[in-house]
Amino acid sequence: MAQDSQAAADGGVGTLSGTSVGMGAYIGSRVLRKEDPPLVTGHGRFVDNLVLPGMQWVVIVRSPMAHARILRVDVSAALQMPGVTAAYSGADLASEWAASLPCAWPVAPDTKIPNHWPVATDKARMVGDAVAVVVADTREHAVDAAEAVDVDYEQLPAVTSIEQALADGAPVIHEELGDNICYRDLKIANGDVDKVFAEAPVTVKQRYYHPRLIPNAMEPRGVVVQPVPITGEVTMWSSTQIPHILRTLLALTLNLPESKFRVVAPDVGGGFGSKLDVYAEEAICLAVARRLGVPVKWIEERSEGYLTTIHGRDVIQDMEVAATEEGRLLGVRGKVYCDMGAYCQLVAPGIQVLGATLFAGVYSAAAASFECTAVFTNRTPTDAYRGAGRPEATYAIERIMDALAHRLGKDPAEVRRINFIPPFSQPVANVFGALYDSGDYEAGLAKALQLSDYDSLRREQADRRQRGDTKQLGIGLSTYIEACGSAPSRGFGAVNFGAGGWEAATIRCLPTGKVVAVTGTSPHGQGHETSWSQIVADALGVKFEDVEVLHGDTAISPQGLDTYGSRSLAAGGVALQKAADKVMAKAKRIAAHELEVAEEDIEFSEGALRVRGAPDKSRAIGDIALSAFLAHNLPDDMEPGLEESALFDPVNNTFPSGAHVCVVEVDTDTGLVDIVKYVAVDDCGNIVNPMIAEGMVHGGVAQGIAEAQYEEATYDEDGHLTSANMSAYLVPSAADLPSFVTAHVVTPSTSNPGGWKGVGEAGTIGSPPAVVNAVVDALTPLGVTNVGMPVSPERVWRTIQDARAGSGAATEGGQG
Amino acid sequence: MEPRQLLVYFLRETLGLTGTNVGCDTSSCGACTVMVDGKSVKSCTMLAVQADGSEILTIEGLAKDGQLHPLQEAFRQEHGLQCGYCTPGMIMASLGLIESGASLEEKDIRLGLEGNLCRCTGYQNIIKAVQSAGETMRAPTSA
Repeated sequence: MAQDSQAAADGGVGTLSGTSVGMGAYIGSRVLRKEDPPLVTGHGRFVDNLVLPGMQWVVIVRSPMAHARILRVDVSAALQMPGVTAAYSGADLASEWAASLPCAWPVAPDTKIPNHWPVATDKARMVGDAVAVVVADTREHAVDAAEAVDVDYEQLPAVTSIEQALADGAPVIHEELGDNICYRDLKIANGDVDKVFAEAPVTVKQRYYHPRLIPNAMEPRGVVVQPVPITGEVTMWSSTQIPHILRTLLALTLNLPESKFRVVAPDVGGGFGSKLDVYAEEAICLAVARRLGVPVKWIEERSEGYLTTIHGRDVIQDMEVAATEEGRLLGVRGKVYCDMGAYCQLVAPGIQVLGATLFAGVYSAAAASFECTAVFTNRTPTDAYRGAGRPEATYAIERIMDALAHRLGKDPAEVRRINFIPPFSQPVANVFGALYDSGDYEAGLAKALQLSDYDSLRREQADRRQRGDTKQLGIGLSTYIEACGSAPSRGFGAVNFGAGGWEAATIRCLPTGKVVAVTGTSPHGQGHETSWSQIVADALGVKFEDVEVLHGDTAISPQGLDTYGSRSLAAGGVALQKAADKVMAKAKRIAAHELEVAEEDIEFSEGALRVRGAPDKSRAIGDIALSAFLAHNLPDDMEPGLEESALFDPVNNTFPSGAHVCVVEVDTDTGLVDIVKYVAVDDCGNIVNPMIAEGMVHGGVAQGIAEAQYEEATYDEDGHLTSANMSAYLVPSAADLPSFVTAHVVTPSTSNPGGWKGVGEAGTIGSPPAVVNAVVDALTPLGVTNVGMPVSPERVWRTIQDARAGSGAATEGGQG
Repeated sequence: MEPRQLLVYFLRETLGLTGTNVGCDTSSCGACTVMVDGKSVKSCTMLAVQADGSEILTIEGLAKDGQLHPLQEAFRQEHGLQCGYCTPGMIMASLGLIESGASLEEKDIRLGLEGNLCRCTGYQNIIKAVQSAGETMRAPTSA
């Protein structure tokens, strides 16, 4: 297939600089995944598969009201039910908490972080807030007993939208904060934006709304805790992306000695950000296991998770651009309102800031500003969901670039082209001052237009318009950029984020020639065992099958910052490379010693350490590992063993980019949108495993199309989630999605020696504006200039009706 | 056995066959799909007592003598899985589809697997895997 060979050809052997690697036998190859054999045979090790002797089931009693005073919690009847071990109100467990559930990112100086207790005591602030906990010998007994817990509530008026949260006189959700504002008008700007807008010949302004999204990792969350009362040791298995972060933060939340607390993330069935959090249920299970001295288990029901696992997006954007008559950008101004929900989850306040400096996208401009206000509502907390801030920024700039093109009567491809930052291979500052690592935006767009056969699509569109076809063709472009790698640590410090951006790795060469690679990243579908094995095998000249990657257990991998923000390769992959470099440095000394030559005369070539000019005189890394283990004949002062660790702190983010083309047919009678072609050209830098990278793009684009076309969490005026379960919330199936044509351009990242940028979120970031731009493009002849997400048949049909009636709705709010 | 016990929990918790996963509580996701008397069934839609006397095939029974079943092999070769949580159900639903003799055109596979959700792959490689396995399984030389 063309796109596969393209991917392989373009994303082939990495151009590594500054490291010893470069043989490329595995890096750049389509290597099948090590993860697959257990997963395809039913031998996955997910949390819910774990059964421990004497284990008790935990079921949580949750508020049915979005905002209510808790008057009384009576667990006495539940305690009388069969099989019940314990039942607790929030007050019963209050002494367990040394601190509120953590929020690690008070991004603005005025950020207000409300208390978030694992079990509520005074008020329920959302449907699903925990109010009591029941523990029993079986799942069924625990469920039955939970129904016997008697709670009296005094219902309070609920705040169920961003607009309502901002309104004067709105009910206050956290009385101690005074109002529903988390922070107000956080501003990031460069240049005299107001002057640029006042003097610009052309300005375009639109309002965009990002619906609330439910992440829907296929594995629900789950927790198992095993205490050892006599020693105080505790092990927790959790379906999480962040075992290391959990260990530290839960130790603080429950006053557990971190040194006695082990967290294991076994096989984890997807995350997309929804398992990047410290959850009430983790704290509750730890508290209950500590109280009772027995193992406990909690497994989320899907509908329960819809209420209590974080949601994503829910952002209003007022987006403006200023431009010349030719369409050259002069200024960008974005004003953003976002909803935290009822509490601040782990990184929620900073999510929009992750996209702030991307508001001018891949374009040059003289001035730009971003302003954000965050509020509380009586709804499920939001937090990082695949893309986290970058889909929002990308949507704003890519939608308004099309709006600008339509305003000027120009081709959206041409308006993009004249505004691109020119190709560059060394860092270039964007208008906000963010240092893009490398890029060639024109090349990406050119390839995407070619693969989509853009010119003939435009001709067909013109034909259909001329004959007034009820099925209009729309072509949507998106030339996105994103920021990955979560770096550097100092940069995180500057925006008040409660962690660094480094990652850790250890490489241990065993005396039998096998290699153990320990990583601080924590995969949940990304295939790190495979990709990391490729990196280590190439670096050491060993067989892929001889590398075992260990991860996701704080006892095995004691240091790490886990997996989120497409950081794993650009931080964790490089840390492994650095550890391998240290191993090779020591191995060279041993080889030189054994072969009786100077160290400078040893080179790593064709998978072994060889004497320069006499390549038959060589040592494989396995030979050296045995020598280092025996320690019979090592250089003086050298420690035995061949094991090295490294921590890598990237100097900068990476900035993957790309060009997506979405082609839709819109039925103007019914509003039905059908995607007939989708092309995604991505630049994720050098590629370790093209098969895995392509799979990431497929899944990412699918999730972005899901956002644009299908998904929306909805609430009624009392704050009840009306899209309350998987049959009411439209997670697309195979029948709802098209096939994708994928290809790559490669500009190696300058932020790390691998040239790697990351690809976990790119598809989700690039695709929503391509889809919606395509729908607007199809309906332009009808006078439509904006349509809201998701582009459901009803919303599109209403937009068409409004446009035909000449009402402003189709051109102003776009929220349908 | 509790009369209210669902087949999926009987498989997972009574028999310890944890390859069959639970992904929802509304019979939407298909992660729990197994073969009941030769037909693919979501095992959360059936009480264990209703399966009395039936022959159940779960993901654990698919590989024989250490050899992956063609569907398992195809999912691996075509990168039809990422996190792997939907995979046992997806493979069993695909088995039902192929064994039903259905068309293996892309659009027919997409419709045929409508009851099974995957959040990682975007389905494209799942479709390729089913087509590839279908060819192997329907080849005249295949048993």
